[in-house]
Formats: sequence, structure tokens, C-alpha cells
Amino acid sequence: MKTKGTVTGIVSNLVSVRVDGPVSENEICYIDLAGVRMMAEVIKVNGDTASVQVFESTRGLKGGDSVEFEGRMLEATLGPGLLSSVYDGLQNNLATMDSVFLRRGEYTDPLDHEKLWDFTPLVKSGDSVVAADWLGEVKEGWLPHKIMVPFSFSGTYTVKSVKEAGSYNVDTEIAVLTDEKGDDHSVTMVQKWPVKIAIKGYREKPRPDRIMETGVRVIDTLNPIAEGGTGFIPGPFGCGKTVLQHAIAKQGDADVIVMAACGERANEVVEIFTEFPELIDPHTGRHLMERTTIICNTSNMPVAAREASVYTAMTICEYYRAMGLKCLLLADSTSRWAQALREMSNRMEELPGADAFPVDLSAIISNFYARAGMVILNNGQRGAVTFIGTVSPAGGNLKEPVTESTKKAARCFYALEQNRADQKRYPAVGPLESYSKYLDYPEIAEYLDKTVEEGWVEKVLRSKNIIRRGKEAAEQINILGDDGVPMSYHVNFWKSELVDFVILQQDAFDAVDALCPLERQRFMLDLILEICEKDYEFEDFEKCREFFKNLINELRQMNYSVYESEQFFAYNDSVKKMIA
Amino acid sequence: MANKAYQRIYTKLEGITKATVSLRAQGVSNDELAVVGGKLAQVVRIKGDLVTLQIFSGTEGIPTNAEVTFLGEPPTVKVSDQLAGRFFDAYGHPIDGGPEIEGEARPIGGPSVNPYKRRQPSQLIPTGIAGIDLNNTLVSGQKIPFFADPDQPYNQVMADVAMRADVDKIILGGMGLTNDDYLFFRQSFEAAGALDKIICFINTTENPPVERLLVPDMALTAAEYFAVEKDEKVLVLLTDMTLYADALSIVSNRMDQIPSKDSMPGSLYSDLAKIYEKAVQLPSGGSITIIAVTTLNDGDITHAIPDNTGYITEGQLYLKADTDTGKVIIDPFRSLSRLKQLVQGKKTREDHSQVMNASVRLYADAQNAKTKLENGFDLSDYDLRCLDYAKDYARELLAIDVNIGIEQMLDTAWTLFAKYFTPAETGIRQALVDKYWKA
Repeated sequence: MKTKGTVTGIVSNLVSVRVDGPVSENEICYIDLAGVRMMAEVIKVNGDTASVQVFESTRGLKGGDSVEFEGRMLEATLGPGLLSSVYDGLQNNLATMDSVFLRRGEYTDPLDHEKLWDFTPLVKSGDSVVAADWLGEVKEGWLPHKIMVPFSFSGTYTVKSVKEAGSYNVDTEIAVLTDEKGDDHSVTMVQKWPVKIAIKGYREKPRPDRIMETGVRVIDTLNPIAEGGTGFIPGPFGCGKTVLQHAIAKQGDADVIVMAACGERANEVVEIFTEFPELIDPHTGRHLMERTTIICNTSNMPVAAREASVYTAMTICEYYRAMGLKCLLLADSTSRWAQALREMSNRMEELPGADAFPVDLSAIISNFYARAGMVILNNGQRGAVTFIGTVSPAGGNLKEPVTESTKKAARCFYALEQNRADQKRYPAVGPLESYSKYLDYPEIAEYLDKTVEEGWVEKVLRSKNIIRRGKEAAEQINILGDDGVPMSYHVNFWKSELVDFVILQQDAFDAVDALCPLERQRFMLDLILEICEKDYEFEDFEKCREFFKNLINELRQMNYSVYESEQFFAYNDSVKKMIA
Repeated sequence: MANKAYQRIYTKLEGITKATVSLRAQGVSNDELAVVGGKLAQVVRIKGDLVTLQIFSGTEGIPTNAEVTFLGEPPTVKVSDQLAGRFFDAYGHPIDGGPEIEGEARPIGGPSVNPYKRRQPSQLIPTGIAGIDLNNTLVSGQKIPFFADPDQPYNQVMADVAMRADVDKIILGGMGLTNDDYLFFRQSFEAAGALDKIICFINTTENPPVERLLVPDMALTAAEYFAVEKDEKVLVLLTDMTLYADALSIVSNRMDQIPSKDSMPGSLYSDLAKIYEKAVQLPSGGSITIIAVTTLNDGDITHAIPDNTGYITEGQLYLKADTDTGKVIIDPFRSLSRLKQLVQGKKTREDHSQVMNASVRLYADAQNAKTKLENGFDLSDYDLRCLDYAKDYARELLAIDVNIGIEQMLDTAWTLFAKYFTPAETGIRQALVDKYWKA
């Protein structure tokens, strides 16, 4: 029997409910407001009073209104058809809602139950299976979507029967599994999983050993992110966080991309689902939308569902990872999620931590980042969830709780800098403050040696050093004046400008420059190092400036030219002549 | 509302603060309106039978035995075509001496548009101001504030933009406007002969601050009526959102909420987002564009109000006094229109974005040269050229008194490039240089 309750208190979306039976933490309940059922989640229990956060506006709710508890946590529905979908934070399909405005209590099914999928079995009767093992597969676009033993099944099962190859909808029973006690369990293409709990069902989670290509030079060349790695992008507004994230989403080398628009602008989501169906995935030649799922809880949507949105997104990624696929999760922005936690904590009158955030913020963030990772599945295949979150630090100050907590959890740090953005040096990733801890991994270095070129990491470090020396020179020039420093300072400064303009800066809106494959990055870095490791003599600093400005211009034109085209090599020759 | 005649009257307040009162009452719904001692109030908290009400016009003079009646519904605004050309207070009552509006009463602060039903903004809103059109192009369905110090002429610039924009309705939400500024808007609208497309909801400094909380929702609910039902292009002007946020902090403070940064409520981001996200391009062709003003304290954008605003809006426009030319300019460094790439080079000439970037980069070089000069160093020939360029650029393109077409702005920029620089120094893509360079 379901536990029932009545509303006793309301502050914005925090509602107190007196309950008549057992309730559990994070249990889902529905509040009845004149026939409209509004979903809510238990976040605190005190005696017979449960505090619930409502995923809707509580306007019009009264004391005494009735509540029904569901006996389950917030769950994601997992099955074929997740890709190309646009969901809200609770996984309601936004595309199948009729009205222009979001209506309270309107919940739509995440999956299409009519659509037929071409099923092929991967097991036979008598096989022994455990949770997450593959029972069969359907083609979701071009992706082999595995139908798995539900993650909630514990112990070993024997396949009693499996459906023969054919076209079925998601609700068709595709297998019957017998547990150790001899009881039969029916399995369809759909399973549910509580979003706040990580999906396990893999053999091991080793250290990442290869990089995920993004086509963005400042990431791939200087601060590469590992496949199955974690990174975050903090930056004040207007520094290009969103443009950078969209670039990664468009170009990232992943089979599945889940974008969680968490408390951000609705128009940015519109941009994704307007442009992605038109754009082509550079790795497969398919439409980008085919590999993309959007979870959007924009800033004007109910605050409580913001938190749910990132967990729902992560759960979908873990689901695809269990199929042996490479997934990339982009969450913009985790600060909004943290603020949602703060709003609730505040309404519950909890003692606040720093900047009024809840005290367990740091633990919540690191637990979430820990769900990313590369895994070896039970059948020996690899799967990965790479996670990149953005952080919107208040006042652009990185010494604030969300940035600091995230820094402890994420392995890559892409600091967007206001002064670079002011100078339109995009992407405004600060070259010296940013880092990738994966460059220190011997397995990554080895991988780069093999796939890019021998000694690559050392070259990357050399290019960073050029930037560092240039910065020191620039400081001296600023203090002592152009004439007050030796010529070598000018040369060092301009060498770092060369790296800045040619490697760091990249035009995300230029058809050619936006995507720079690793092979092209290798070519350019080698060329830049060749230039920078030469000695140059100039009569005066004006000549030095002019020389490098011209060089930079040629190299930028090169970035705008199609790789290995006639034009590209013409610029290359011209550069070689200039430095001869 | 059927049982209104039997509505119970309460006469015992248990607590009074400057902005709220609380009393014991039953059957009260969240967000509903009430009248407390003749003043309009709204339910903000229910705890058992203890109800807290926010009194819009302040609690001055309210006795503990004030009569309280609940109205059973949230704040509403009456919408119909009769709104056009009218001036209202924060409650939607006419202040222009005209009759009350007849129309459907709509709850304000209604639900959000399903993001999936939105369309990508793609219509350029030309303003004639190059600092905007060239560098920070506006698009219908966008939301963007002016970040300005209180002494800057932001209301004038906003009025100019509004009068030049090609829209069907202009809705002004004035919060804490001085009476002088209110009259300024009124006169500019009258002088432009645009009164028939103007609607104003005004809270002046003479009105109680908490009343301001109603103004944006009033203006935007009216805007939604015209955009959704009449498929019109609506421009909403909100000034000054800093004073709106101040009113939020007053209420949250009186409700004993723990303040976060700068004594603002922890929900400031969501509160502001609910307003700004009403900006929308609808599939039917209607749109709501929001241009707001956020006044700064001595240019400090790290304060919670401009900071949260910047994360919500699609860019921001800074006004700045240019010392070289003595003009007010749109600051090319800090200003940004996030939607500009949706129209630049698509609705405007192909060279737009490269010209914009090059001209700003060269202006940045001029600022570096200026720093060198101030530090007493010799300037190079390039520095000197940059400085001269910067003066021309500020006068002919950045100043807010510029009023020319976009092609003309681009041509002006090419003329300046040719006057002071070589093509290589501009770093513009060769194909464009070949086509547009003014030899």
C-alpha cells in the first residue's frame, strides 16, 4: 500500500508533508493540486513530516492538499530511442508536448512505444548471464544498441528463452531469464534505473590510457582530455564557455554525446537542436543529432529539476557505456546545479557553508565526477564516459566554493580568462593556468607517442615553456620599456605571441579553422616549434615586431586553409622562406 | 471565487515586519493575493496554519487588528488590444487618466515556453548605432541589458534604440524610475508619434519599492499576449533591474532567509532568469525581445546583480565615456551580443565578423599603446598609428550618436583600416582583403 500524506507547509518549491506511513530519502511522490499531479522528491524526513522539493511551480497549492508516495526514487527510462531526443530534467520528452507553454503535471514518455526496432539476439537458451550482459542488439541509427540484462538484477541468471531476430517495439519481451532460485523474469528492451545511483556492471575501471580528440587545439595539443576523463571549464560570463562547449560537442570523438543544459539559456538549447540536425559528425559522416541526446532544464524551468537533469544525463551516458561505447557528457553549468542545492538548503534553514552553499557541496560534486571513467566490461570490451562540466564562478572569481570543489574532482582545468576574452583571443583558455593531469600519465604519453608522434608530450611542454618565457618578457618590457630590454626579450615575447595566435587561438565560426584534427595539430606544432627554436637577429624591436606580425599573418591564413591543400602548402612555403 | 461572499475576514496579525505580515488562516493557497488593511499583499510562505504575506506597498500603519481577506488567485493583469498607448502603475491600474482596461485577467508570472517550441532567433534589429549594430548586433528574441553607471545616459540610449527598432509593440517596465525619467520616456514616445504602440507599467521612486516586484511580470504577461496571440514583435524595456533586485533582497531579508553574496537572496539567479527567459522567438513569428538596464556601482560587475544578470542574458552592452573624443561610446571590449553570429554575415555582408574582430583588436592595440605612453615610454610608429585610428574609430563608429546603416559602418571601418594599416596588420582573411580593401 502506498504511503499517503497531506501538505502542511509551503515555501516556494519546498513543501512539508505529514505522512501516514514509511517514506525513504529521495523517494518520489505526487502532490495533487486540483487534479494536477505534480512530481516531488523527498529531501528530508523529520518525525512524521517529510520535506519534499517540488519539480513544478507550487502556485495555488494549499495546506491539506493530498500527497501520494511512489515507493521508488527518481528513475531514468533506458532503451532504444534515447538518441536524438530532447528531454527535460525529469526525462519528459519535450518534443511530444503539445502546447507552446510547459504545463504543470504534464509528463510525457521518454521512449516511443510504437516504433519497431530490428532485433538480433546475442545469447541463446541455456547461456548464463549477469546484470549488464548483452542479450541482443538493435540498430539505433548506426549505433549497435545493446539490450542488456537489467542492471538491477543481482546474481547469475540462465537464459530460458530469447526472441528470434525480427522487428519489435520496446515493450516486447525479448528474453526470459531464470534466477538461481528457479524463478523466471521477463526482460523487454526497456529498463529503469535510479538516477542518483551509478550504474556498475563492469569488470574494472582502469586508468584512462588514450585521449579524446576534440579538434580544439588548446585542448588536444596543450591540455588533452582522456577518453573517460574529467575536465571542467570555469569562466566569467562572456568568455566563451558555451561556444567552447558546443565546439567540443560538435567535434568530440565520441559515439554518444549527452548535453545537459542545466539552468542555462533556452536559446542555447534551441541553437543545438536547430543546428545539430544539419551538421555532420566529422568522425562518422552522420548527422550530429543522431548521436546526441539533450537534457534541458533551462534557467526558467523549475529549480528542483536542475539537479535531476545532470543525474539523468549521467545515467544515460552510463547506460551507453555499458554497451561498449564512448560517451561524452557535457554539463552547462554545474554552478546552476549547485545554486539549486543552495536554494533548497536555504529554504530548509540548514546551517550554511561557504557563500551559503550546503556544507556537503564538495562531496556531492566529487561523487558526481567519479561516475565518469573508462571501464572494461564483463565481456572485455571498453566503454567510456568522458565528462566536461562548466562552472560559472560568481563575479569571475575562481576562489569560490563550486570552482574549488570541482578543481579537487576534475583532472583537466580549462580556465577561461576575462582579459583574453576582452582581447578577442578565443578560445579564451588561459595557457599557463590551465592544465591536464593526463599529460603526466605514462600510459597517455605512450599513446601519444604512438598515435601522434614520438616525444609528443615533451614538445607540448616545450611550447608551454615558450609561452611562459614570453609572458616573463612581456612583463619586463612593460616595466622597462621597449628600449630598456635586450632584443632577446622582444624575440621571446613575439615567439609566445606566435604560439598564442597560431595554436591557442582558433576561430570557432570559421568552417575550416573550427575543426583541427590531431594530425593537423601535429603539423602546426612542429612548424611552430621549428620557427621558435631558431635564433633571430633584428636591428631594432620594430623590425622584430614586423617580422613576427607578418609571420603570424601567414600562419593564420594557413589555419584558414584546407589542410594539405595547394593554398595551405603555398603559405607553408612562404613561412619557410621567411625563416630561412 | 464563487464563495467570495462567504470569504472569511481575519483580524489578528501575529507578526509585522517592514515588508511582511503573518497570521493564522486556513485554506490559503500559495502565491494567492490578499488585502491587508486595504493594501494588496501576496502569500509567500505557509507553515501549518501560519501564513506569511508580502505587502507590496509596505506595512507602514498596518495595525495588528487589520482586516485580512484572501482573494483566492495570484496577481493578474487584464490583457486586450486596449492596452496599447496606455500607462499603468505596478498593479495594472491606469495612471494616464484613461478608463480601466476591459479584457481577460491573466495571472502574471505564468509558465515558461517549452524550449523545444522555440525557434532560433534570426531577425536583425538594426539600431543605427554602430557600437551595437557592427560590434554587438541585436537579434529579435534576444535579452540583453545595458550595464551602466547611474550617471550615464542609459535611458536615453534605450529610448533611441526602442524608437528606431522595427517592432509592433514597445512595453516599458519602469522600476524605481525617477519622475523626471518617467516623463522623459513619455515625452520621447509622444514626440516620436509612437504612442499607439507603447504600453508602460511604471513604478517610480515615489512608489513603495516592493511594488516593483510586480512590474516585470506585468510587462511580460502583456508582451506574451501580443507575441503569442497576435504574432507581434514585442520589445520590452526594463529599467532598472538593479532596483528590482534590491526589492527582492528586502523581502527575503524580512523573511529571515540566509543571504548569499552581496546580501542578495540565494535564489537571485532563478528570480532574474524567470524574467529574462521570457524573451523568445515563437514559431508563429511573434517574438519578445528584452532590453534592460542594470545600473552598476562604480562599474563593479562582480556584484551579485550584474554578475547573475550576465550569466542569464545574451550579452551585455556597456556605456563608457571616451576621454579622447569626449563622447559616450559603447565599450567594444566588455560589450557582447551572444546572438550576433546568428545574423552577422548571414543577414549582413560577408565581411561583417572579420571586420568587427579586426577593428576591435586594433583598438585594443591602441589601448596598449596608451598604457605605454602613460608609463612614459617611446611609442613605435605602429603605436602612433593605432592611437590615431582609435580616435577615428571612437568618433565615427563607437559613439552612441552615430546613426548609419550597417553597410556604411563596414565601409567606414575599411576606410579606417586603409588609412592607418597594411592588410597584414589587420589579420583579415585574404579573400576579403582582396574584395573590400580601400586602396
